[in-house]
Amino acid sequence: MKIAFTSSGKTLEDALCPRFGRADRFLVYDLETSEFSLVENAQNLNAAQGAGIQAAQLVVNAGAKVLVTGHCGPKAFSVLKAGGVRVFHGENMSIADALEAWRNQSLVELHAADVDGHWV
Amino acid sequence: MKIAIASGKGGTGKTTLAVNLAALGEGAIVYADCDVEEPNGHLFLNPKITVSEEVGIPVPVVDPALCTACERCVEACRFNALACVADQVLVFSALCHGCGGCIAICPEGAMKEYPHPIGKVEKGARGELYFIQGTMKVGAAMSPPLIRAVKATVPPSDLEIYDAPPGTSCPVITTLKEMDYVVLVTEPTPFGLNDLRIAVETVREMGLPFGVVVNRSDVGDGRIRDYCRAEEIALLMELPEDRRIAETYSRGELIVEALPEYKQAFADLLDKICCSVKREEGVPGS
Repeated sequence: MKIAFTSSGKTLEDALCPRFGRADRFLVYDLETSEFSLVENAQNLNAAQGAGIQAAQLVVNAGAKVLVTGHCGPKAFSVLKAGGVRVFHGENMSIADALEAWRNQSLVELHAADVDGHWV
Repeated sequence: MKIAIASGKGGTGKTTLAVNLAALGEGAIVYADCDVEEPNGHLFLNPKITVSEEVGIPVPVVDPALCTACERCVEACRFNALACVADQVLVFSALCHGCGGCIAICPEGAMKEYPHPIGKVEKGARGELYFIQGTMKVGAAMSPPLIRAVKATVPPSDLEIYDAPPGTSCPVITTLKEMDYVVLVTEPTPFGLNDLRIAVETVREMGLPFGVVVNRSDVGDGRIRDYCRAEEIALLMELPEDRRIAETYSRGELIVEALPEYKQAFADLLDKICCSVKREEGVPGS
């Protein structure tokens, strides 16, 4: 199974990014191979609108079934939900720590958006 | 003749100017309130509204029986309003601009248009004056389609006054398109000048003839006058800070009716605009 983390850096030691739609990139970690790949989010970072929706699309397309991020709005959440991606909240930690916390089941799962959407 | 009353800064007196000009003119006159997020010209003109029509933008609905999840629509949508997950296209109507791109590109004909209400256009009259206004639905995000609907409702007339929204973004551009003249209303304050500069850049970029009206001209300082002189911009009218004007406004009355001594100033303004428009028409390509 693959887990996506929002990231501003490019290694497991970098901090988990609190923003979802406008995160710099996603670090997608494969639990089976213990390897990770990076999915750039530059296009959505600069989008006028709908960044969360398209970021969610990237996460779904990357094959992740779990997302660990700071916050998630309603439109992004509905895309993730439709794509069968479970969302967990993490903040003020490195991606390695977030991965460890997820393994220990100490991350809180979001069952709905935890921040308001933009535009509406 | 189409005249838009605009401003960079909000609250400078666009509506005050627009309703008084509309009430003053002769012949077939239309007042169109394009400030659809908060139309307030009706407070001063007290029109009798006779027609109210809902306005929607065409948003797509997907027929799951025909959709093959090819994602061409998702790629085509420059407004990020579509996503395709688990072989299912999701539509986020609030982000849709109603451009129809997804419907045109779908190879399966799986997308159909469905009207998503964004507001209403109301029509009425105050005596001889024809009145039109747009009002956005609470929660609707995009006003340009509604502004276009307001403008499309205006019948060709001797004088068409368009009360523009404040600022210089899409709603203003939508209002200003195809105008014969733009009046920029400002006030002699640092904010007034800052926003006027941006508004001037905008109308110059659009190639529209324009002039400036300074409201509450004796507050603040001479910075607007200095700027207009330096930029060779026509300073059309200066309306002083007068408590009686504020009281007239607060009662929802027209200055040209309640304070007849100002009537000539508004008539002169209208004359200046008309002359300027005729000059423009007489000089092709200017």
